Amino acid sequence: MADALVVAALLLTAGAATGVVLTRDPGRQAIVLSGYGLALGVLFVVLQAPDVAMSQIGVGTVVLPLLVVLALRAARTAGKAARKRAAAREEDGA
Amino acid sequence: MTPRARTAVFFAGAAGIAVLLLLALPGMPSFGLGAHPYGARAVRAGTDQDTPNIIASVNFDQRALDTVGEELILFAAALGAVVLLRAVRDERLRAGGDLRHGPADVFDALRLTGALLLPVTLVVGAYVVANGYSSPGGGFQGGVVLASALHLVYLAGDYPALKRLRPIPPFEVAESSAAALFVVSALAAGALTATERGARTVPWLNAVVGVEVACGFVIVLARFFEQALEIRPRRKEAR
Amino acid sequence: MSWAVYLVPLWILLVGVYGVATTRDLVHAIVCVSVAQSSTYVLLLLVGYRKGGTAPVFSDIAPGSRPVTDPVVQAMALTDIVVGATITAMLLALAVQVAKRRGTLDPGELRSLESAATDGHR
Repeated sequence: MADALVVAALLLTAGAATGVVLTRDPGRQAIVLSGYGLALGVLFVVLQAPDVAMSQIGVGTVVLPLLVVLALRAARTAGKAARKRAAAREEDGA
Repeated sequence: MTPRARTAVFFAGAAGIAVLLLLALPGMPSFGLGAHPYGARAVRAGTDQDTPNIIASVNFDQRALDTVGEELILFAAALGAVVLLRAVRDERLRAGGDLRHGPADVFDALRLTGALLLPVTLVVGAYVVANGYSSPGGGFQGGVVLASALHLVYLAGDYPALKRLRPIPPFEVAESSAAALFVVSALAAGALTATERGARTVPWLNAVVGVEVACGFVIVLARFFEQALEIRPRRKEAR
Repeated sequence: MSWAVYLVPLWILLVGVYGVATTRDLVHAIVCVSVAQSSTYVLLLLVGYRKGGTAPVFSDIAPGSRPVTDPVVQAMALTDIVVGATITAMLLALAVQVAKRRGTLDPGELRSLESAATDGHR
């Protein structure tokens, strides 16, 4: 019984990892990453490691997706502004 | 290199790793049945020092110098992220930027839930840090819980309230002092006798690490918030 | 055949590196690096597992009454997870600065060191 649980948790984790990588849009990927963090947390509990599971759920489900979403937003606004400035500079030079 | 060539190189490398590991893996001890000599000794040392949570004992007592290294990596990475995210010469912190992003127009129930959950989660975080000595928990996990607890206010839609709740300079001071205190405490613990070491050092080191991790994450997230929501390029004068 | 469980960390590692090799967005690449990193945690904990064992915490059981899983690998994985998150934060800060200077997050367009897009510090 315990073995079946370990195997099931491992397969769930492998599937979630594949899902994270195959989600190309970073905004959506942050949410799938949150789900992957939860799957990893469940795996760690099944492997009798509650400390590691606590750490993983706190970090991988909350902090990491928040960081990714904020960085994405900052990068997108900055990228748009940079492209606009480059276009303006090219117009001036032309 | 074209994308197709890059993918081909990747598959060649992955095949190499897979072959090497498939040759090595059958030699591993049976899953779940191997002997853990180091683990058995660690358990015995932990129970001798009266520390019920053996993992906390390993982290803060038996291998505390290792944890000092990890602490310093964490501190340096947080410092690096903050330095990389400061407003540079041709940018400015847009005044009133925080008001532009909240309080959001969300249901009152959501905002109330966020406000009510804040003290509860803070207490849970402090509990996890404090009880790391005897039950699962500890400084690292508790610090993360404390940091995420603070951001429940933002998740309930109120960014200005979050800014009021965490003025950055006190958090920076707290983080640096906690890091320094951890190093000093870990080195000073060498002066204690072996019997005193476990019960004296582990709770204190737990608390210091909890403060350091929580403040580190709050500061890094604060800088990311500024970058995402407030910093804008300085408008150049018309030529 | 019980060594087949160790194929899962191998799969996660390779999938993560595949994501980095075929990405078209730097933030996606950073998340894939984080996934590849998590494969090491899984491997460490699989090595430390003991059948019929429980967590190495003796707050409610007497020492020696039940087999316990290995505490040393758990201690390693625990600190590693938190530190790995701050490293990812630093990588994301780098990505934000790249976007600011070059206007794009696509590795295909970022190849040369000359910044054709922006340079306000001339």
